[in-house]
Amino acid sequence: MSGFLAMLRRDLLLLARQRGEAVHHVLFFLLLVALFPLGTRPAPDLLLSLAPALMWMAALLAALLSLDRLFRPDLEDGTLEQLLLSREPLALLVLAKVAAYWLGGGLIFVLVSPLVGLLLGVPAQAIPVIMLSLLLGTPVLGLIGAIGVALTLGLQRAGVLLSLLVFPLYVPVLIFGAGAMQAAIEGLPAAGPLYMLSGLLLLAISLAPLAAAAALRISLE
Amino acid sequence: MSDWWSMGGYAAYVWSSFGVAAVVLVWNMVWPYVQLRQLRRRLRQEEEQV
Amino acid sequence: MLMRWFHQLGSPPYFQMLARRLSPWLAVPAVLLTAWGFYAGLVHAPPDYQQGDAFRIIYVHVPAAWLSLFVYTAMAVAAVIALVWRMKVAEAFVIAAAPIGASFTFLALVTGSIWGKPMWGTWWVWDARLTSELILLFLYLGVMALENAIEEPRSAARAASLLAIVGVVNVPIIHYSVEWWNTLHQGPTVTRFDAPAIEWSMLLPLLVSALGFTLLFAWLVLVRMRVILLRREAGSRWVREWLQNP
Repeated sequence: MSGFLAMLRRDLLLLARQRGEAVHHVLFFLLLVALFPLGTRPAPDLLLSLAPALMWMAALLAALLSLDRLFRPDLEDGTLEQLLLSREPLALLVLAKVAAYWLGGGLIFVLVSPLVGLLLGVPAQAIPVIMLSLLLGTPVLGLIGAIGVALTLGLQRAGVLLSLLVFPLYVPVLIFGAGAMQAAIEGLPAAGPLYMLSGLLLLAISLAPLAAAAALRISLE
Repeated sequence: MSDWWSMGGYAAYVWSSFGVAAVVLVWNMVWPYVQLRQLRRRLRQEEEQV
Repeated sequence: MLMRWFHQLGSPPYFQMLARRLSPWLAVPAVLLTAWGFYAGLVHAPPDYQQGDAFRIIYVHVPAAWLSLFVYTAMAVAAVIALVWRMKVAEAFVIAAAPIGASFTFLALVTGSIWGKPMWGTWWVWDARLTSELILLFLYLGVMALENAIEEPRSAARAASLLAIVGVVNVPIIHYSVEWWNTLHQGPTVTRFDAPAIEWSMLLPLLVSALGFTLLFAWLVLVRMRVILLRREAGSRWVREWLQNP
């Protein structure tokens, strides 16, 4: 447990020193949403119908683009090898790193989502569900993404490959997350998809760190 | 006979499906043996060079 | 006894000999059964009362879809063996199975698409089965791309194996989520990729084709595994002996 907290604290400190990262996420989200209507007719009903897909695609893309900072900096300065040798279970350390990564990324999405909802004309009563679905879903994106990053860590330029590996695995999160948002926007109960998201989150928290740890060992052997 | 060939008007669809199947399956049956032969040739060449 | 055979199978030269002996026993029935299944499906099976002769596409589409799932599962099982026992032969199975599975998935998608055009008017239909197959294709391509990208062969195989295992855990989840999504957005028409296969004369060619495809897979995966193992063990004595005897 102490290893987990130490890792978390360290990564959060590093994150705090680069506050720009969080701003990037906010800007990315807003830019994507601002640019999208420019590519089509900005009719309110059209934008509203596309709002869930747009918000989730933004979350997926942001996760994918920022996954690099999960392990690569540590690989480059040699810390990662030390972590593999430490007595702490590697899966626990991975979980701590993903938690720090999420606090500086996915959580930002959750907090900015009401503003984005406003831009897309989302009814006010749907906002809580929107935030909750992002709150449950974005950590899963980070956890699954961690596996992908760990598998491609030995490669020089793994960007596109990483997307290919990770996007199919993101599909359930996208479906249930957007489904929950869609239900809330239409005034229907969103409990079903939200429960599924919670299930995915629990599964990801328990299994993904183990897979990512195994992948790290494979990549570094 | 030509009745059967036309597949009740769906000839293009049915025959292209079976055609794609034939191509995919035959390719899979041929390619590994081509690789085996190429490998054997390459390894023999390397042996002789040694 | 079983454990000894299991470990014996993990030795590349023993596997090579076994694979070579087995190949004709798999290849001949595979080709014959598949050919007969196709023939019976095209000639003997009566036309469907709703879809006419177009339903015959089922004799390619459904066995291909079944195999696409079966091969992925087999690949994942081999992946577990490869990672846990560090077995070269199991690693070879994972790498050999992926392109064959991808071929079946591709076939299922193409025939599904072709079938959809006369039936539902469009070249692509976002129904649950086809969409799941599409994602499965991406999963296969991911395994192949990852193995291709990593230089060191054994690390590449192990990484691909881990990805295959992660994928297989996700396949039921993805399938369920796509089904749920599909029922949510279902239009008035329900796409039917299964003919009423209750009638025996319709069902038998389907089963025979499926069996033929399975034997094809077994045969082809063995041949690909031989290529992979021979390449990897190129310097060793058993490979040199293989070079001697044609």
